[in-house]
Amino acid sequence: MKGGRRAMKPFRVLCPTGHLSFTPLEKGSFLLACGYGPDAIAADAGSCDMGPRPLGADEHVSLEAWQRHDLEVMLLQSRRLGIPMIVGSASDTGTDRGVDQFVALVRDIAKEHRLPPFRLAAIYSEVPVEELKRRLLRRERIEGLCGRPDAGLSILERTDRAVAVMDAEPMRQALAAGADVIIAGRSSDCAIFAAPLLHAGHDPANSYFLGKLMECASFCAEPYMAKESVMGWIDEGAVYVRAMHPDQRCTPLSVASHAMYERPNPYFEHVAGGCVDMTDCVYEQVDDKTTRVRGARFVTSPTYRMKIEGAGFVGHRRIAIVGIRDPDTIRLIDQAVAWARDKVAERFGPDGNSYRLHYHLYGRDGIMGPMEPRPVAAPQELCVVVESVSRDPQVAFEACALGSRNLFYARLPALKGTAGAAAMMSDEILIGEPGYEWTLNHVVMVSGPGDLVRTRHHRIADGAAWGIAR
Amino acid sequence: MKLVELASTIRSKNAGVDHITFDIICRERHNFERVRDSGVLNRASVARLFGIEEARVTDFVVFEPAQAIKFTIRRLRPSGCKGETDMFGSQQYAPLFDVEIP
Amino acid sequence: MKPIRIITPTGHLGTTPLEKGSFERGCAQRPDYIIADSGSADIGPYPLGADRPASSEVWQRHDLEAMLVAARKLGIPMIIGSASDTGTNRGVDQYVRLIKEIAAQHKLAPFKLAAVYSEVPVSDLIHRVQAGETIAGLNGRPTADLALLKRTDRVVAVMGVEPIRAVLRDGADVIIAGRSGDCAIFAAPILNAGGGEADAYFCGKAMECASFCGEPFMGKETILGRVDSEGVFLTAMHPAQRCTPASVASHAMYERLNPFREYVPGGFLDMSRCRYEQVDEKTTRVTGQTFVADAETWIKLEGAGKVAERALFILGIRDPYTIANLDRAIDWTKGKLAERFGPVGGTYDVFYHDYGRGAVMGEMEPTPAKSPLEVGIVVEVTCDDAARAEVICHIAAKNLFYARLPDVKGTAGTAAIMSDEVLHARPAYEWTLNHIIKAKDQSEFFSTRFETIHA
Repeated sequence: MKGGRRAMKPFRVLCPTGHLSFTPLEKGSFLLACGYGPDAIAADAGSCDMGPRPLGADEHVSLEAWQRHDLEVMLLQSRRLGIPMIVGSASDTGTDRGVDQFVALVRDIAKEHRLPPFRLAAIYSEVPVEELKRRLLRRERIEGLCGRPDAGLSILERTDRAVAVMDAEPMRQALAAGADVIIAGRSSDCAIFAAPLLHAGHDPANSYFLGKLMECASFCAEPYMAKESVMGWIDEGAVYVRAMHPDQRCTPLSVASHAMYERPNPYFEHVAGGCVDMTDCVYEQVDDKTTRVRGARFVTSPTYRMKIEGAGFVGHRRIAIVGIRDPDTIRLIDQAVAWARDKVAERFGPDGNSYRLHYHLYGRDGIMGPMEPRPVAAPQELCVVVESVSRDPQVAFEACALGSRNLFYARLPALKGTAGAAAMMSDEILIGEPGYEWTLNHVVMVSGPGDLVRTRHHRIADGAAWGIAR
Repeated sequence: MKLVELASTIRSKNAGVDHITFDIICRERHNFERVRDSGVLNRASVARLFGIEEARVTDFVVFEPAQAIKFTIRRLRPSGCKGETDMFGSQQYAPLFDVEIP
Repeated sequence: MKPIRIITPTGHLGTTPLEKGSFERGCAQRPDYIIADSGSADIGPYPLGADRPASSEVWQRHDLEAMLVAARKLGIPMIIGSASDTGTNRGVDQYVRLIKEIAAQHKLAPFKLAAVYSEVPVSDLIHRVQAGETIAGLNGRPTADLALLKRTDRVVAVMGVEPIRAVLRDGADVIIAGRSGDCAIFAAPILNAGGGEADAYFCGKAMECASFCGEPFMGKETILGRVDSEGVFLTAMHPAQRCTPASVASHAMYERLNPFREYVPGGFLDMSRCRYEQVDEKTTRVTGQTFVADAETWIKLEGAGKVAERALFILGIRDPYTIANLDRAIDWTKGKLAERFGPVGGTYDVFYHDYGRGAVMGEMEPTPAKSPLEVGIVVEVTCDDAARAEVICHIAAKNLFYARLPDVKGTAGTAAIMSDEVLHARPAYEWTLNHIIKAKDQSEFFSTRFETIHA
């Protein structure tokens, strides 16, 4: 890397994966990147992308084998190079369970590889629902985001689990206290990368902005590849991102388009202590694989507000898969679905009482639903995924079975095929994961990050974690 | 004219676990005679339509009492095997709709 | 013969509940028997192999309750064939239990129940093959050997009329039969009443799917059948349904290879000279059927065995470029699987059911859509080990999300995940036996137990 020969070597952060363990990281580009002398390895392990179930049920969706794989690859290099490793939103959810699970995995891996002792900081950000209720009783506001109403007691009653989303500050403090490895609860994606940069003395604007660019790893590069490493650093007031896979490049276009990824507005990124303003950013290609960006600003918020995410159980889910090839049934599918819905309603009353029924019509508008601009009137083939949700598992089963098998018996005018208007892939009712809903996407006022976040320092030696009183 | 306009029922269904059988039924006698006498449907033509070897068409019968033509295709794998797409064989008939009957 | 009248309210008891309106109209006709079939090989090999019902017990109970209460009120026998989808001993015992529970709940006066079992232990068949008996394959299947029997978890023999006729003669009020020929459960009482074999089997054949022999198309509605010296009469009980020559004739050929013949133990029904006549608005009369007796008695055997565990994942694709290059995306994904788990088709198998592009018909699809707007993909992985099937399925689906194709425009994942979960599907089974075996008589593979039910 060209910048590497300067007298003051810029602080480099390496990101190997955009969502640790969602699928295993690609080792080739990561090990290549480790050869370029990174100063920290950081990765995000969670996301709201997977829907409310993991948080509500407090379960990880990634396989533990892959979590272990990614943590092992990262930990071994971090310890070999003697540089910090930071993982945020541990185990998909960033709940206390997730932090504890990752700490245990790190301890196991350290023991297995007989790693020399190191310091680990576990940062927890789960918020007991009771704590939120107490705030409500103290007349503190739990303010709704994105047009949601403020949270009242009823929404908290429907919440099984909540996490506060931390900014970089708790992680920066842990680094300042000498942590070699940080396992953090729910964190803003960009904060995980900003923490070591802030600790190295960089400004919040560029630190958070670089975090924003790097958090999905190779998604900020082209051509499209996932799970490949990217390297980022700050030098003379600008941020740099470089693709590490031999066939990938970070270009102004790929980086700018990623800067707007997953966000409603391309110019602002909010974190607990303020907001990154990207309005005036300028993107330039500096070498074949590297893009430089200048012009990010940070607007410190006058009040310190933390985002709260919460989820609660809605019901058991059952799923049936039905294919339709008959053009008449496809043309009249809405009537067939209405027939099946009526049969379910005859037994359990209207949809919304004790159950909910969803028909996903793949081939017509199964993905985009009412937003589909040109739903096909007559696709050649339809896949109907019938999904039921109910708090009573038996009702969920029956609603799904009636709602799918009755597609087979639907009485439609002008039906030529009377041996059943649908093809069952297999005549079975599949058991889905239970249904959850996002109950909280809110913010609360806090005196500082320490208000909802707790840090525990450990010394990992001989595979054991020793709590250090602080 | 297309077969779908002449027939009142065109359907497919398992016949036991190893076969799918197809029924083309005409409510109107003259339509049935037109389909039957056109000779468009026969073992070779249905095998061609479904892209299979003729040997897999195990039966082909003109069934006068029901004003129907019936043929049966042997499945490659018995119903319900791993990878099954149509457990009851009940959605295999649609390509017959567009067969042209002079 | 004395005329005999039978109603049947459902073509497959328990799959979805029977429709009560036309059933009550049927009961008001004061029939002599209430009969329904509760099983089918149609539901695939899983229920038999795993010996589990395909239907919900709630619905089985619903239908049995409606039928039992009506039959006891009318004082007429009720016959259920192929109990609980499989007709295995478990199915018979489950239905006997339900009958007892319903009788207790309604405080029914005592009645005589006959349970007829038809399960055949695999070990029994192994002994027979070792002793030199032949288990002949149907539909071109090879003769069963020991290897095939070892792959078989459970077997039922399909009973003909004789075991049911025998328990009726002995005064059974309620018959719960194991696996039975669909038309045998109807033919048995007709034969006992002195009807001819041709009319008896034809009536059974026409009635076994209930309202599927009427028009317009309706499921789960009641049909009344009558056999007397004038022939077989079929009447639809739903106010908006009729049995017509066309609807009855077309049903007579339903679900069968050949429309003219129906094989039963002891011979076959020949329908090639049937005459169908409309005798009133809702009724069709059928005459001209004949029965061709066979000197030998062959009993059909159905068997199923477990092949693998299954896991499923559902995703959708809307990106036209990915859809246009779907085969490449799937190949790329299969390549990734092979890198990690060894070759596809080795210790595991993966199927991409790409709905929208020919998933339903597969290789028989003559006109696969080239550029559908949307494709729904069901990823199915089979493997001996359930946990491994889940892991492989997860990757088989997720990698489609990350498939690397040149020029792909949507870089936020090339697939839409309906819900990020591997669905736990039941294991894959195969039909191992669709065979026949020579029997001394029609009762050889079946056993009967009587019980008086006191509420």
